[in-house]
Amino acid sequence: MPLDLDHLITDATSHIEASTAIDQLDAVRVEFLGKKGKLTGVLKSIGNLSAEEKPAAGQAVNKAKQAVQALIENKRLLLENALLAEKLASDALDITLPASGQLAGGLHPITLTIERISALFAQLGFVTTDGPEIEDDYHNFEALNIPEHHPARAMHDTFYFDVNRLLRTQTSSVQVRYMESNQPPLRIISPGRVYRCDSDMTHSPMFHQVEGLLVDENISMSDLMGHLEAFLNHFFDQDDCEIRFRPSYFPFTEPSAEVDIRINKGPWLEVLGSGIVHPAVFRSVGIDTERYTGYAFGMGVERLAMLRYGVDDLRLFFENDMRFLAQFH
Amino acid sequence: MKFSEQWLREWVNPPIDTEALGDQLTFMGLEVDEIVSAAPDFADVFVARIVGIEQHPDADRLRVCQVDCGEAEHLQIVCGAPNARIGLTTALAKVGGKLPDGTKLKKAKLRGVVSMGMLCSASELSLSEEANGIMELPDEAPVGKALAEWLELDDAIIDIELTPDRGDCLSIRGIARDVCARNDLPMQLHEITNVPVSIDDQWPVQVADGCACVRFTGRVLRDIDIKIQTPAWMVERLRRSGIRSINSAVDITNYVMLELGQPMHAFDLDKLQGAIQVRLARVGERLVLLDGRDVALDEGTTIIADDRGPIGIAGIMGGQDTGVSDSTTNLFFESALFLPKMIAGKPRQYASHTESAHRFERGVDPAGQLDALEYATGLMRTIAGGSAGPTMDWVEPERTPRRQAVLVRDARLQRILGISPSSDTVQMIFTRLGIDSSPTSEGWQVQAPSYRYDLEIEEDYIEEVARIVGFDSLPRTQPANTPVFQALSEARVAPIDVKKRLVSTGYQEVVTYSFVEAGQQSRLRPDLKALPLANPLSSEMGVMRTTLLTGLMTTLQRNLSRQVTSLRVFETGLRFLANDDGLPIDQLDEYTLASHGAGEQMDNSVQQQQMLAGLVAGKRDTQNWNSTDESASFFSAKADIELLFSQANGAAVRFMRSDLAMLHPGQQALVEIDGQNVGYVGALNPALLFELDIEVPVVVFEFSLQALCVARVPKAVRLSRFPQVRRDLALLVDESVSAQQMLDVVRDCVSDNLVNVRLFDIYQGDNIENGKKSVALGLILQDFSRTLEDKDADRVTAKVTDALGTSLGAVLRN
Repeated sequence: MPLDLDHLITDATSHIEASTAIDQLDAVRVEFLGKKGKLTGVLKSIGNLSAEEKPAAGQAVNKAKQAVQALIENKRLLLENALLAEKLASDALDITLPASGQLAGGLHPITLTIERISALFAQLGFVTTDGPEIEDDYHNFEALNIPEHHPARAMHDTFYFDVNRLLRTQTSSVQVRYMESNQPPLRIISPGRVYRCDSDMTHSPMFHQVEGLLVDENISMSDLMGHLEAFLNHFFDQDDCEIRFRPSYFPFTEPSAEVDIRINKGPWLEVLGSGIVHPAVFRSVGIDTERYTGYAFGMGVERLAMLRYGVDDLRLFFENDMRFLAQFH
Repeated sequence: MKFSEQWLREWVNPPIDTEALGDQLTFMGLEVDEIVSAAPDFADVFVARIVGIEQHPDADRLRVCQVDCGEAEHLQIVCGAPNARIGLTTALAKVGGKLPDGTKLKKAKLRGVVSMGMLCSASELSLSEEANGIMELPDEAPVGKALAEWLELDDAIIDIELTPDRGDCLSIRGIARDVCARNDLPMQLHEITNVPVSIDDQWPVQVADGCACVRFTGRVLRDIDIKIQTPAWMVERLRRSGIRSINSAVDITNYVMLELGQPMHAFDLDKLQGAIQVRLARVGERLVLLDGRDVALDEGTTIIADDRGPIGIAGIMGGQDTGVSDSTTNLFFESALFLPKMIAGKPRQYASHTESAHRFERGVDPAGQLDALEYATGLMRTIAGGSAGPTMDWVEPERTPRRQAVLVRDARLQRILGISPSSDTVQMIFTRLGIDSSPTSEGWQVQAPSYRYDLEIEEDYIEEVARIVGFDSLPRTQPANTPVFQALSEARVAPIDVKKRLVSTGYQEVVTYSFVEAGQQSRLRPDLKALPLANPLSSEMGVMRTTLLTGLMTTLQRNLSRQVTSLRVFETGLRFLANDDGLPIDQLDEYTLASHGAGEQMDNSVQQQQMLAGLVAGKRDTQNWNSTDESASFFSAKADIELLFSQANGAAVRFMRSDLAMLHPGQQALVEIDGQNVGYVGALNPALLFELDIEVPVVVFEFSLQALCVARVPKAVRLSRFPQVRRDLALLVDESVSAQQMLDVVRDCVSDNLVNVRLFDIYQGDNIENGKKSVALGLILQDFSRTLEDKDADRVTAKVTDALGTSLGAVLRN
């Protein structure tokens, strides 16, 4: 009898070891441990033994069953691990292949520039505002101290719709609208499209300006210069951008200054016009000229964008060639 | 204004070099455009005299000259100029020399005769634009001297660009005043002496009321010799200011204008008929101008006339008939003042942007007429002889521009500039600029000189101080005022964040012109009325855009032509709807409420509205190994739009049927928020694509930008601890029933416990009757207080089935 068990265990072991798949292993389990299995048969035959022999024989058979069971479980684990390893191996990817999906788009460089300007001025409490682009003569000229036949009108090649309606030539019109409905202190910037009837290598009939206006008590030319100088240095991310202020003339500021900048000893480039708000402008919107002073500026967005991003042709901004725009992603 | 540096230095000569002088001008607001050498690029050119002349043996047009150029031996020069003659002093370019056009002179044989150089015309030396024959230098020109030296060509031409307020600097004297102030130097005295009157002749002048003329001075000059050439030094100075020499009389008026800023005119006295009249032109009057153009005069134009009619446009250009010619012997010199307001706009109207008009438009010194007249007369007599009559001077004092006295407060100066220069400095600046000033307890009582039209208010004088001390000497400060908090609504998304959302789903922002081609635009939105420009640059930019899609379509076509096959672009900006008929704004566009989110308007005649438009064309992700190659479709764009609107948290965004002609009739939708049309989305109509020769599918959308900027401040709700129950229904409905209709019915009939309803399948085909479709809905139910039981769910399901059956004829499928 013990010999039989030993033989059965050896037999089972060799079947287990020979199994290469889970289903083969299952068959082995049925063959030896199933209801009609060989070890189950031996267990059943114990009933025929004497009462003295039964306990020892039962113990021996159970031990044998457990041994075979353990062998099967071990083998099952091995086979399962192998199977998993095989599956993982077959699931491996070429992780260098490009992923599918949408490529990122991008903002237009003009928007990037306006956002940068707005973000810097927001740090000083400047609120962004806007206004209509089709303007009346009053807001674009009259209220800005540019009466009819003023020679300054010749500086603006204006697009007209009729005698009174025109495309704004400058964002300064927003100053007037804002001051008509808001009381000082005021800190605004107003980015937007402006239009001049002029088109060549260096002029576009439509371009962008950012208007700035600060009205408060005791705002001086020195403040204007302090703010603009700091702004330009931050805008260009460098401390050694050279800045110079030149006296100029705008009917709506007095004194007036034009600002030129020079980067890396290149040529001087005019980037903005500025000045102390002319009392006539304050009077046209009912601001007390004795209590308040203010500064205003208008900067050319394309100019700043060209300098910042190294764009050498103004017209690229409006051609919307995807190859150009993709450089700003 | 271009001028000779030497000439300026005769008036004020600061101890600085040309470059520093240029910088000074720029930093006083007289911006220097360019500084160039006055000397044309020639070498080895000398003053020489023709001492012998013979006909060339083999050429009719050539002559052989013996030329004295200050050396022991005369040089033999072959010359073809008709004015070559014995005794003529002229310019000789020697062998080894160079002309401005690059010619290098060599010993040459002309038809067999040796020539040792070349006698030059003024144009060959770039000293004038045109010339008749070789230069004619005055007899006193020293033979043998380098021409450049004798003409004092060691000079710079400074070109400054003046702002329109500085008409006073359109003269050497005016520029010199600023330079004096900047350097605290006195101006060199240029006393103008009155010419002795030697004849009694006067010419009658009548000035009519209400015309541009407020002062008119003039005089008669008789017996001048117009054949005498303008001296070389004057021709040179005129040249350096870009003015061509004509004859002595004209040259002198130009010279005086350049130096003193007073434009003048010389009439041929013998061509005048009757009194000179200064008056407004009459209807139908015409004039042939000096440059030969025949112009019709309008009633707003001040003219100079005689008994026969117009002889000049006041302050702008004289007439041809009465101008000075070769045969003139008697002159009438005019030196007048015309009001800027009445001259403004006229140069443009008559296309005559003359030096004179330029000055009168900006304002000429009301006190300078007689000085200029005397100065010109003196020059005329010196150059061309003649006798001068007495001067006449008519003034209308009431209309003569006058400068008001102004108080300049020291405190205000400090406040505007941020610092206050010392009173000595301020006093010096005022004095040097000719501003009459006297100190008061508060500052200075000042009055501008007659020539400074730009000085009116206190700030103008403060600017003068800043200009002369220089902005560089002001400090850079930060305002002491602290910014105050500004409203920051959380119920609003900034447009930039909307844009960034689109960018992250693959859209490229573009910027296109706001004016577009009318035809291209009306293909898209023939129902909208565009505002045309009165003076467009071209018809491609003829009308304002009524839809941003016009620019996006142009962008698409342009990129398709550059081999781009797929595009996702968007743009934001204003669109412009003409409303000449004064309609209620919301009738201007039935597909997008024109008043939605509209900002400040100019008036009712045109509605300006911020829009966002997008365009998707071609495949979404071209040529990816793993891609499904999904082409632009209605639903891909709708997905992008739903993402955009997801910020409008909670707002009832609805897609409704629409019928825009530019879009595919079955693939377009109006988008509604809170019952208002805020825009649309759709595939472009294939007929339109065919017409435009576009071979890829295109989907477009356009919205009121503000509709996308609406947000709701989140309001958190309690979450249920009890499990959700899901019930799925398969319903048979007519295929015309929209998903939206079904969802609306479901939401209307179940108010409690409905967490969500999903439309997860649509089926048509086998086992489904023609004209019907099977729609699968998933109802997700949940309660706050208990676990829902089957019977609760069954009750809801029955209610929904009933409601769908009643309102949409839906039948539950088995």
